[in-house]
Amino acid sequence: MELKATNISFKYPSAKKYLLKDVNLELDNNKIIGLIGDSGSGKSTLCKILSGYVTKYEGNVTFDGNPLPKKGFKPVQLIYQHPEKVMNPKWKMDTVLKESWDVPDEFFEEFGIQKTWLTRFPQELSGGELQRFSVLRSLNPKTKFLIADEMTTMLDAITQVQILDSVLKIVKQRKMGFLLVSHDMDLVETICDDKIYLKDINQI
Amino acid sequence: MEKLLDVENVSISFIQYTKGLNQRDLKVITDLTLDISEGEILAVLGSSGSGKSLLAHAIFGILPENANLNGKIKYKGKELSQQDKEELRGEEIVLVPQSVNFLDPLMKISDQAIGNVKDEAKRKEKKLKQREIFKHYNLGPEVDDMYPFQLSGGMARRVLVSTALLSDPKLVVADEPTPGLDEKTVKETLNHFKHMKEDGIGVLLITHDIHAALEVADRIGIFYSGYVIEIAENNDFTGAGENLLHPYTKALYKALPANGFELVKGHQPLHGEIQNGCPYYDRCEMRFDRCRDERPELIDLGTKKVRCFKYEEGA
Repeated sequence: MELKATNISFKYPSAKKYLLKDVNLELDNNKIIGLIGDSGSGKSTLCKILSGYVTKYEGNVTFDGNPLPKKGFKPVQLIYQHPEKVMNPKWKMDTVLKESWDVPDEFFEEFGIQKTWLTRFPQELSGGELQRFSVLRSLNPKTKFLIADEMTTMLDAITQVQILDSVLKIVKQRKMGFLLVSHDMDLVETICDDKIYLKDINQI
Repeated sequence: MEKLLDVENVSISFIQYTKGLNQRDLKVITDLTLDISEGEILAVLGSSGSGKSLLAHAIFGILPENANLNGKIKYKGKELSQQDKEELRGEEIVLVPQSVNFLDPLMKISDQAIGNVKDEAKRKEKKLKQREIFKHYNLGPEVDDMYPFQLSGGMARRVLVSTALLSDPKLVVADEPTPGLDEKTVKETLNHFKHMKEDGIGVLLITHDIHAALEVADRIGIFYSGYVIEIAENNDFTGAGENLLHPYTKALYKALPANGFELVKGHQPLHGEIQNGCPYYDRCEMRFDRCRDERPELIDLGTKKVRCFKYEEGA
C-alpha cells in the first residue's frame, strides 16, 4: 500500500505566496511516520490534501497508483485535533458512529467507551471521550490509511496513551498506514519509526 | 511572602433543565482548595472540559446566573463578596484571557488597553504608562493604532499580557494561555509569567498542558473530576515520579512519552457520574475498602497537599 504525493503546491486564493511548494512525500504501511512542523507551516493543509478534503491544489496525490476517489468512502481518513468540530451537534453518539460503520461490541471495550455514552449528545462528553468516538468512527474496515493531525494535543497524557495504544493495535492488525502529525517531539520519538520535517520537504 | 489568594472548599454547580420543566443540579467543581502567595506561580492542571476555567470565573465574579457558588474565596485574608470582586477585578486581580478573540475587533489596540477613562489628564497619564509597558514587551508605537486582526499570534499574546499589567496588579489569573501556539511563542508567553513572578506578582496559571506547567510553576494543583486531588511541588515531577503522592498524579507523570508512555485503563468520571467515595476509586491500584463509600479530604502535609486516605495520620 502506498500513499504518494508528487509536486504538491498550494496557496490560498487571496495569498501571494505559496504555502506549500513542490512537496514530495511517499508513505506506506510498513513504517509509522511522524510529520513535524511549526504552527502555520501548512501541516494541516497538507493533511487535508493527502486525505482528499482539499481538492484545489497543484500536483498529484495517488493511493496505490490511483487518484483518491471523489465520492464514496475515502480510504485515507483524517482525524482532527478538535473532535467537537467534526460531529453533528444534533446527533446522539450512536448516530455519529453509525454514519461510518456498525461498530462491533469488542471495539467499545478496547477504546474504553461506555455503552451509556451512546445515547448522549456530543456536548455532554469531554474532549477525551469524544476523541475516542472520532477515532473509532474513522476505523471503518474500508479505511486503509489513517492521518492523525494533532490528534491528542488537547488531551491529558493518560488519555493520549490509551487512544494511541488502541489505534496502533488496530493499525498493525489490519496492516494500515499511519501518519502522526505532532509538535511533541517526545511523542514522535516514542511511537514513530521515522520522522519528516515539513520544512525539509517544502521548497518555499 | 504574603498570602494573596485563598480558595477554600469551593464548589460550583449549575441548574440545568433535563426534560420539560424538570431541573437537575449538575456539580462541576466539587471541592477546590488552593492558595497563592506573592511572587509565586501556581498551576492548576486539569483536562480540557473539566471545568477548571470556572475557577477563574468564580474569582472574578463572572459566573453565569444559573451557577451556584459555595465555599470561600479570600483575598489577602478577607472573604470576597460579589461587590469586592467587582472592585478588585481589573485593578489588583487581572485576567490574561485565552486568545485574541477576547479583544474588541473594532477598537484600536491602545484604546482598549487603556479602557474607558473619563478624565482627560488621567487618560494621558494612562496612555504614557501603556506606551511604557508595551515598549517593555517589545511592541512598537505602530501597534497602538492597529486593530486586533493585524496582530500575529505572538503579538496578540504580548498585548493581552501588557494590558493585564497596566493596572499594577498583585495577582494575575491566566486561563489556558498556551494552546494553539508554536513552541517559540509558548516559551515567550511563559517567560512573561516568570517576569511577573520576579516582580512579586502572584500568578494562577490554569492549563491542561503539563509541559507548560512544569516549565514555570512553583507548585502544581492536579484537578480530577471536580476535585483538587494533589498539590505537588514542581521538583516532585522528576525521576520515576516517586515523590508524587496521589496514584493519579503518578500515572499521569508516567504516561508522558518521555517517562515511559505507560498505559493506565479507565476514564475520568464526568460531572454527574461521580460516586460517593473517592473519585479515583475505580482506577486506583492501592485502594482501601473505605475508599468506595468515604470521600477523602485534602490532607495538608506542609508545603504539599493530597486527597488520599493512604496519607492520613496513622494509616
